Amino acid sequence: MDKFMFGRFIPGNSWVHRMDPRAKLVLCFLYIAVVFFANDFWTYLVMTLLLLVSVFATKIPLGVFIRGLMPLFWLMIFTVLIQVFFGVGGHVYWHWGWLVLSQNGINSAGLILMRFVLIILISTILTFATQPLEIADGIESLLSPLRKLHFPVATLALMLSLALRFVPTLMDEAEKIMNAQRSRGVDFGEGGLRQRIKTIVPILIPLFVNAFNRAIDISTAMEARGYQDGENRTKYRQLKWQRIDTISFAVYAVCLGGVIALRYLS
Amino acid sequence: MATDITFEQVNYWYQSGTPFAVQALKDINLAIQPGSFTAVIGQTGSGKSTLIQHLNALLKPTSGQVKVGEQIIDHETKNKHLKPLRKKVGIVFQFPENQLFEETVIKDIAFGPQNFGMDEAQATKLAGQIAGLVGLDASLLNRSPFDLSGGQMRRVAIAGVLALEPEVLVLDEPTAGLDPRGRLDVMNLVTKLQRQQHLTIVLITHQMDDVANYADQVLVMANGELAKQGTPREIFSDSDWLTSHQLGLPSATKFAVKLEQVGFSFDPMPLTEDELADQLAPQLSKGGSDHG
Repeated sequence: MDKFMFGRFIPGNSWVHRMDPRAKLVLCFLYIAVVFFANDFWTYLVMTLLLLVSVFATKIPLGVFIRGLMPLFWLMIFTVLIQVFFGVGGHVYWHWGWLVLSQNGINSAGLILMRFVLIILISTILTFATQPLEIADGIESLLSPLRKLHFPVATLALMLSLALRFVPTLMDEAEKIMNAQRSRGVDFGEGGLRQRIKTIVPILIPLFVNAFNRAIDISTAMEARGYQDGENRTKYRQLKWQRIDTISFAVYAVCLGGVIALRYLS
Repeated sequence: MATDITFEQVNYWYQSGTPFAVQALKDINLAIQPGSFTAVIGQTGSGKSTLIQHLNALLKPTSGQVKVGEQIIDHETKNKHLKPLRKKVGIVFQFPENQLFEETVIKDIAFGPQNFGMDEAQATKLAGQIAGLVGLDASLLNRSPFDLSGGQMRRVAIAGVLALEPEVLVLDEPTAGLDPRGRLDVMNLVTKLQRQQHLTIVLITHQMDDVANYADQVLVMANGELAKQGTPREIFSDSDWLTSHQLGLPSATKFAVKLEQVGFSFDPMPLTEDELADQLAPQLSKGGSDHG
């Protein structure tokens, strides 16, 4: 778990760190949507350049991003291989039984790999440079139009920020319980499937029991501090749209618009 | 068979190789004698808990090596060979009641020995004996551990570790959050085990009175380094140094320091109430006769 970088926040004070979380969320979604429009060399070049500019704007070394890709390495290889060997059509270079190495197969494998990498990297930029609570605030703010449909946005936002707040706490706790059970002679990740499932019980039960106890404590503490329900509360953290957000939006609009234009005009 | 523990040039980095890398242990060299009582003190975040997790190889040194008895643990040690070590060194973690999970108290205590290959009947018998040793009433043994009070749960958890019959018992703040009675009970249990079963005890604590009362050796951790190592008397003789490291004196010593300011003299400085009383009594009777 030590080396797991995907989805973590890295403190800093870069252009991207200072942006409004709403802007980052929207840009991230837009980027992912437009990735699926890209279909040739020029469109992918624009997408890649835009991504690289964003990566450098975070001031986080590129190596850290690459390491973030590592846990998904095998998944990428697997998808690429499937695409390569099962894609049909175009010029056939080589075949053996039902395994066919064709031009279309190679093309679509390259396409899928590119999309994979771009989508993962852009979401990694979001999570590396945005605090989890800011993401929760951003989501709440973006969902607020749903209030009109009686969707409990405030409750959802509270649950989201509580959940995010306790992810690291629960991870620490799981680690502590695992260590305690290891000290009592439990071997995790050894033996057959049955054996492995059995070793999960001494972690899961304490983890659940502690989560229940914690939930009771938190709700008591919240009531004691005057919390009643999600509506009609003021906010301590105010989201503020700044000039860097407008500039970033403009840059993204030009590039993403360009990709769509390239696709349909050429 | 004696289990002595030595650390040679041990360094430990958390998350080494990532931007979050933090060095938690810096160049630690130390030795713990079999049958001794070692107290580890230091500010929060000074590396105490990291240090003790090296004792049964839950963490392995990033560089350097730890020797426990015949076993050598270094960066390359494989997890496969660690089981005998885990049985030899039992660790009671902070708030150990969070590790209970079985349906009944007795099953939870017997869980450890069964993991090391003891059959159920034998483990249950052992669990019953250990439960008596830590002062758990026999009527509690078939209850669910989650029905018990905090103090009782703590005892069940400690019993679960003692049931491994370790040679080295490591306790990370075993008395944190207990009432004064519970604290005394746990400390008495620890000293009783050391005396009767010749266990090596390693205790992390913030209670300087416990250090003065029970320890033979004190390790002071500061910022991941072993700042000082010595007998309680050596450590507590320099109160300015302790204050500068955010550590305190035992209450008997604190009182003696105040008495020195009004004319009493102590040599050596008393660490425990008994020592204080022994040195104070002659001075008081002498003072009485001076005035009389």
